[in-house]
This record gives sequence, C-alpha cells and structure tokens, in this order.
Amino acid sequence: MYLALELTKTSGPEAVLFWILAPLTVLAALSMLLVKKAVHSAILLAAVMISLAIFYIAQDAPFLGIVQIVVYTGAVMMLFLFILMLVGVDSSDSLTETIPGLRPIAITAALGFGGLLVSLLGRATLDHDFAGLTAANIDGNVPALAQLLFSRYVWAFEVVSALLITAALGAMVLAHNHRVVARPTQRDRAVRRFRTGSLATAAGLPGPGVYALHNAVDVPALLPDGSIAQASISATLEARGDVIDSAPFQLEKLEEEPK
Amino acid sequence: MSTAELIGQDPGWLIAVKGVLVFAVCVLLTLMAVWGERRIVARMQMRLGPNRVGPFGLIQALADGVKLALKEDLVPAAADKIVFIIAPIISATACFMSFAVIPMSGEVSLFGHRTAMQLTDLPVGVLYVLAIASVGVYGIVLAGWSSGSTYPLLGGLRSSAQVISYEVAMGLSLVAVFIYAGSMSTSEIVAAQHKWWFGVVLFPSFVIYAISMVGETNRAPFDLAEAEGELVGGFHTEYSSLKFALFFLAEYVNIVAVSALATTLFLGGYHALPGLTFTEQWLGGWFTLVWFFAKVIFFFFIFVWLRGTLPRMRYDQFMKFGWKVLIPASLFWIMIVATMRVLSLQGASRLTVISFASAIVLIVLLIGAGFDSAKKKAALAPLPDEAAPFPVPMIPSLSTTSEIEGTVQRG
Repeated sequence: MYLALELTKTSGPEAVLFWILAPLTVLAALSMLLVKKAVHSAILLAAVMISLAIFYIAQDAPFLGIVQIVVYTGAVMMLFLFILMLVGVDSSDSLTETIPGLRPIAITAALGFGGLLVSLLGRATLDHDFAGLTAANIDGNVPALAQLLFSRYVWAFEVVSALLITAALGAMVLAHNHRVVARPTQRDRAVRRFRTGSLATAAGLPGPGVYALHNAVDVPALLPDGSIAQASISATLEARGDVIDSAPFQLEKLEEEPK
Repeated sequence: MSTAELIGQDPGWLIAVKGVLVFAVCVLLTLMAVWGERRIVARMQMRLGPNRVGPFGLIQALADGVKLALKEDLVPAAADKIVFIIAPIISATACFMSFAVIPMSGEVSLFGHRTAMQLTDLPVGVLYVLAIASVGVYGIVLAGWSSGSTYPLLGGLRSSAQVISYEVAMGLSLVAVFIYAGSMSTSEIVAAQHKWWFGVVLFPSFVIYAISMVGETNRAPFDLAEAEGELVGGFHTEYSSLKFALFFLAEYVNIVAVSALATTLFLGGYHALPGLTFTEQWLGGWFTLVWFFAKVIFFFFIFVWLRGTLPRMRYDQFMKFGWKVLIPASLFWIMIVATMRVLSLQGASRLTVISFASAIVLIVLLIGAGFDSAKKKAALAPLPDEAAPFPVPMIPSLSTTSEIEGTVQRG
C-alpha cells in the first residue's frame, strides 16, 4: 500500500508540468463541448489529445505518447475533413430546443452517470500490487510493449486489426461507384477540341476583363465588334448574379491618346 | 557509453544552451537556404540571382525578412480571426521541434562537459519526428480553412490529403531501417551505421523516403497545396507580413529537418564518408558537425535541383503514385527485408540468402515485364478515326509513330 503511494506521488518538474498543462487540458475539453462551431470543437479535441500525449511521455511511456499524437491527430484531421464535407465550411450549432424540457433531463442524466463512474472507479482496487514502470520498462519501453503485444495479447491484437480492415473495406465498398463512361484523358480532350464543333475555342476560351482597364473575373471580355464574349465568364458567377457590365470600362476614343 | 547516457548527464544550463544553438542553427540555415536556393535556381536558368545585398548577395534573405516584417498585416473580413492567427504559429513551432532529436555530432566537449550535439534522445525519436510533422500539417489546414476564401481552402484540403497519403509511405520506408538498426532512437540508428550506411543496404527504402519527403514538405514537383497556376498561393493566399513570414520560415526549416532526418537514417548521420573515418577525431570530434551539415546541404541541393528541373505533377497523378506505387512497393520491400533479417540472424548459409535474393529479383523482373507488355498492348489500340469536320493537321496515331520510329532505327 505504502509502495503504491510512493510510486504515485508526483513531484519536481513533473508536478510543474502537470499544474500548467492540466488546467489547460480541462479548459480545452470543456470548451470543446461549449463552442458553437464544429471546426473549433475539432481543433480543441486535437489540443486535448496532444496534452494527454505529453502526460504519457512525462510518465515514462514515450511510445504510447507519440503514438497517441500520430494516431489521434490523424483521426482528428479526418474528423475535420468530415465536418467540411458533410456539415459545411462555415456551420455552427443551432441552440434552439426542439423537444421542450430535454435540457434539464440531459444535465441530470450526465451528472448522475458521471458521479456514478467517478465513485465506482475511485473505490476500485486491483487484486494484485502493481510493479511500477521502472520494472515494466527494464528492457526498454518499446521492446516491453512489443513483447506483450506479440505474445500475450497477439490474439486480441489480430482480432482488432481484422475488425479494422473489415471496416475499411466496408467503407470502400459502400463509397465505391463505377464510372458510367471512361474519364476523358488529356489526349481525348485535345482530339475533341480540334475535331468537334467550331475551331474558335481551339486555342482556349477567351479570358475575362476589358484590356488595361479592368481584368477581374466578374467582367466579361469584349469581342472586336464591341459585343460581349459570353465564354469569358464562369457560368457559376453568372448564375449567382455577380457579373458586372463591361461597358463602363471600354476605351471610348482611341485617337485622343497622347502621342 | 551510449549517446542517450551521455546526453542524460547534461546539466540544466547546458540543455538550455543547446536548445538556443539548435534554434539559431535552424534560423541561420533558413536564411542561407533562401539565398542558396535563389542563386542555384538562377544559375540553372542562366541568370545571376540576388547579388546586391552584402557580399554575393548573402544577406538578401535578411533584407527580405525585414521587408516582410514591415508590411501591413491584413486579416480578411471573412476570416476566423483566432484560428487565422494561431495557424502560422502552429506551423512555425512544429517545424523547430523535430530538430530536438537529430544527432548533429559525435562525442564532443562543450564548455568543459563531455556531451553530444543532440538536444534529447528518445527511444522513439524517429516516430517523434513523424508525430511533430503531423501536428505541423494542422497549421496549413487551419490556415486554409480560417482564411474564409476558396483558393486557400482548396490548398489546405489538398495539403492534408497529400501529407496523410505520403506519411504512410514515409512511415513504411522507415520500418526497414528500424528492423536493421533494432531501435527507433536516432542516435542508435546513427551508431548502427558506423560500417554500412542504410542508404546503401536499404536502397529502396532510401528512394521511397526521398520521394515522400518531397511530398511531405509541399515542395516542387509536389507543391500542389500552393500551386500558383491553379490556386494563386494556396493555403497562404490571404496571409501577409509576419504571419506569411512564419509560413515561409516553416517551409524552409521543414526542408532542413527532413533532410537532417534523411541524413540520420540513411547517410550515416555525422559519420564521415567510408575511408575518411580518421577525420571524425579532428578538432576534438567537432569535425563530425561538418560531415553532418555537408550531407544536409547535399539533400537541400537535391530539393533545389528538383524544383529547377521538374514541372508540377497533376493532383490525381500524384495521389495515384502515392497510393498505388509507393505504398505497395514499401510493403513488398518490408517483407523482403524482414525475411532477410531473420535469415541472417538465424545464421542461414550464404547460399540460402543469395538464392532467396535472386528469386525475389527474378519475380520483380517478371512482374515488370508483364506490366510492360500490357502497357504496349494498351498503347497500340487504334484511335477512333471519325471524319474531321474541319481541315486540321493530321494527329499522328501511335501506330504510325512507332512505324516511323521503326524506319528510323532500321535506317
């Protein structure tokens, strides 16, 4: 019992690290729940993961700490991309309650469940004394972990990896779709440009803008007869109604130019 | 005494001094790298490059830095302000951190202490560098997202896809090194190379690492995250002044860091060239520092050479190359390395090892030949010949070109 107390006492640099990093971690974890934007939540989640990794490293588990960073930053990055793809680039949570009275019930349930967990885990005891990290790491942290993973826990390890591979394959099958027609190659496009329709655009579409006066993408180019070149404007901008008239940017009298 | 034990005896003030030295070396190398890159690229393009500020234009990069710092610092109205400011800080912080585990010299004496020019030695040092690199990407992705504008967002997304894909290939190429060195600590990997460099023993791993390190650092020909022709400036389009300078700094420090890691893993770190090992004792061991930086600068030159020579790859080609070529090739190579290692550790006869190796070579050649013939068949498929509505120059189909080539060869 006293051995356990000795081993778990934190002092010196580790205590300093703990008292600086722990409040920051808790703050980040809380604000992860409270911020409105999904992307901010993802960033704060990454911050929590990295500070946990620093704790692991400080507690003589460098491999676990580093793997935590490699795996979880990658995972959070994926989450980030999912947010962008599924929720939208600039979305935030709506705080209106759709079902009345849900909030107090949720808060009570969360507090009750949390209290239950804390009180249970706080009273739990192991039926054997722990050896401490110094004994576990006697051949080095990485070889000790490898020894356990590839001997005692090899079955669990393989089952988990099989599960993950199945999940990845399943995701690929679900997301897979066959192209109806083959994707045109650069060569196909070049051939098509010369062999179909008019040769007017064979050298590329005209660029937008009125020469020397305005060359932004929202101003259509002018043809030699003064009419508008429709092909110089993106269809998206036109649909959005963002296109400006190019008439004000025309040069009126060329002969008045100073010589 | 191992390097880890040697460094472990450092007093606190010496650790602080080394930390400052590592930082100074990174910044100085960046300044020199910017100047060197511009001069070398200029030479490749038959120009002179910066030659006005200081002797040979040496302090041009410093002048550019001052200019950048004095520019107006813009924050776009549509930007997410906090993330917009944090992003370059993440980039610039992460790039310096990976240098902490790089062994830059052998055992030397610094202010009367026996130590080595390495800030710290982790048993998982190389993985630490990978972890820091994956934190560094956050800078780029968040910069792209927080700018509130289309091109930066596209650049940020491209870069995240790029780094995630190429980190897999990079991590796999390192596995062979771990198997041969029997450790993931940078100092022990260098020590394991005192006789043979891993760049020679594990040449395929070296090639895969070299390719993926260019992909990791967003450099030409893989600089799709900031492709000027497609995305203006990519993720840093909206950045100006010191924030842009931080991204600029991060890019160059990252190049130096991956070069230093390549030196450590494959070119024997601070060890001298084979046959010149007596130079490692010169200047009380400090001469190893010269060897280390010579190798890093060699890699940097390769980076510049690539930029001056190769056009940018198309995005889908780049992704295809990473997933369909680099990763399967690394997996295949790891299997071979592991088998060879087990064979040699169990004391198999030389005949067994040689016959195993030649069987592998034979299989690879057969597969390659199969691919080649399939490619030729696909290439010879006739083009659909519709009647052209306009008189256009004849587009030579491949069958006619190969006929022409055939006549040329015969003639």
